[in-house]
Amino acid sequence: MTILQSLADRDRVFDFLIPDPSPVDVRHGPILYLEDVSVSFDGFKAINDLNLTIDDGELRCIIGPNGAGKTTMMDIITGKTRPDRGQVWYGSRHNLLTMNEPEIATLGIGRKFQKPTVFEALSVFENLELAMSADKRVMPTLVARLSGEARDRIDEVLEMIGLQTARDRPAGILSHGQKQWLEIGMLLMQRPRLLLVDEPVAGMTEQEMERTGELLTSLAGKQSVVVVEHDMGFVRSIARKVTVLHQGSVLAEGSMDQVSSDPRVVEVYLGEEA
Amino acid sequence: MHWLAKPATERSTQVFIGVLTAALVAVCLLNLLLPAGHPLHVSTYMVTLLGKYLCYALLAVAVDLVWGYLGILSLGHGAFFALGGYAMGMYLMRQIGDRGTYGHPVLPDFMVFLNWESLPWYWHGFDMAWFAFLMVLLAPGLLALVFGFLAFRSRVTGVYLSIITQALTFALMLAFFRNEMGFGGNNGLTDFKELLGFPLSADSTRLGLFVASGVALGLGYWLCRAIVSSKLGRVCVASRDAEARTRFLGYRVDRVQLFVFVISAMIAGVAGALYVPQVGIINPSEFSPLFSIEIVVWVALGGRATLYGAVIGAILVNYAKTVFTGVMPDAWLFALGGLFVVATVVLPQGLAGLLAKFKRTGPAASAKEVKEATA
Repeated sequence: MTILQSLADRDRVFDFLIPDPSPVDVRHGPILYLEDVSVSFDGFKAINDLNLTIDDGELRCIIGPNGAGKTTMMDIITGKTRPDRGQVWYGSRHNLLTMNEPEIATLGIGRKFQKPTVFEALSVFENLELAMSADKRVMPTLVARLSGEARDRIDEVLEMIGLQTARDRPAGILSHGQKQWLEIGMLLMQRPRLLLVDEPVAGMTEQEMERTGELLTSLAGKQSVVVVEHDMGFVRSIARKVTVLHQGSVLAEGSMDQVSSDPRVVEVYLGEEA
Repeated sequence: MHWLAKPATERSTQVFIGVLTAALVAVCLLNLLLPAGHPLHVSTYMVTLLGKYLCYALLAVAVDLVWGYLGILSLGHGAFFALGGYAMGMYLMRQIGDRGTYGHPVLPDFMVFLNWESLPWYWHGFDMAWFAFLMVLLAPGLLALVFGFLAFRSRVTGVYLSIITQALTFALMLAFFRNEMGFGGNNGLTDFKELLGFPLSADSTRLGLFVASGVALGLGYWLCRAIVSSKLGRVCVASRDAEARTRFLGYRVDRVQLFVFVISAMIAGVAGALYVPQVGIINPSEFSPLFSIEIVVWVALGGRATLYGAVIGAILVNYAKTVFTGVMPDAWLFALGGLFVVATVVLPQGLAGLLAKFKRTGPAASAKEVKEATA
């Protein structure tokens, strides 16, 4: 009888429904650790024995020619693609290969897509509201009320991304650059520990690029930021450490000056531009 | 504010509930107080016809909830409507008792005709009103739960989902046509006598059913409004426009879809249950794919993602259908098709979009307009 009663209890939250609340364990340094990761699509090796370590609070730029596996790597970290083999750890506690996309997002890994995908029919404010870290199960979402604290947080992020004046406008009418910032703002609402940013300045004006650079460098430290970018000028302006991907594995790693003087890098990537 | 109370603060809901209440009161007064010969008198035939429209309107609201806000084009909502209708029909059959043609105390006429000895197990309990009314919600709800669980978990969306819903209702139609199923085969369930003790042929019962349909429409509209104006409603719109993105934000899109789909199916079931005693019959034709497509046409004409647009569309199209099928029956399908084409070309936002052009209303409608203007 007591079991039945406890099953019928509306307030009861079953253990398996509670997301693992333990914070990411970064005592050993890295917040993200990929080891010997490989994945192939129809025989094509998109990622080939990739090893990558991102330290806590680091701002890392990842560059590489088209087809180097940059986007696939992001897909693996966020749980969209499962690697054929290898290990992916978030801190030293969470094995990302055992989790699905929402679970990984809840853990504090936020991803900004290449093409800005904001919710165009919703206002800027509502976009940020949905992105806020909260209990995202169906019933709690249905009865959710916006607390004053949450409202303050949204306004705070609106200021960081410089969209205060666009607060109640539908996101669909924002300019391309503004949409990118809104996306970054949506990531920030989740208070992520690790931000994955895919080509943030593609299609931006010089001015917008500069603002984006400032935004990203201001975020590093409080959270780790991984930026995948094509624009070498932009990478040079923000990067402290750069990883060059080529054919699915790491070709070179170091400061921008180090990698750009590496002959192999010059050959496969920078050589094309020089 | 409590999520269920939120629609009370919305202008569009206030207007909708106000107009609906006024219409219900007006029809009742014109039916009861004016003599039959008076030009403004609303006949009982008309009351029942209007009651039928209200049931269709509630069904359209259910479809708009999943299509307009969730982006799931269900071409099988007639199945949930019919299941609710059958649950009510089974109750009404059991109420006939020994007054049937064959006078059997328990078995409905068609079972006696088929030489059945006893009541099939799934007919038990339908002699009790509370059980039958519960089944009106549970039967469509359970079907939607199982179907939706499988479909949404496998991330079946778009045109594929539409086709599967169409197949679902078609399969059910074929099943219900079979006499062995025990639902009266192609004749369905009919010859109803009374509901909760009120004789169905009485004018007062007919007026009561009309009012009940109106109240159900009001409550259903209110519930849908409360859902779409909650945070969950914004998650629905988000998953409609960018499903993968919503998933990355940590929302279980499949669960959200399942929840809203089941609610919608239950509302459709209630509409079916109120429809059956007013038209006096339920048969497998309600499962026909054509009917489910017609519902979508009502919503498209009225305007998606507004809810009140669905109500306007359902009532206007069905009124037109009544007039047309009376004047020239063969032309109706052409008229419906023509109406749909004209609406798609001239009124992409439906009639509600036309209203919104004159006066800014719901945020969903205006935001969509902006999106279109910038596209």
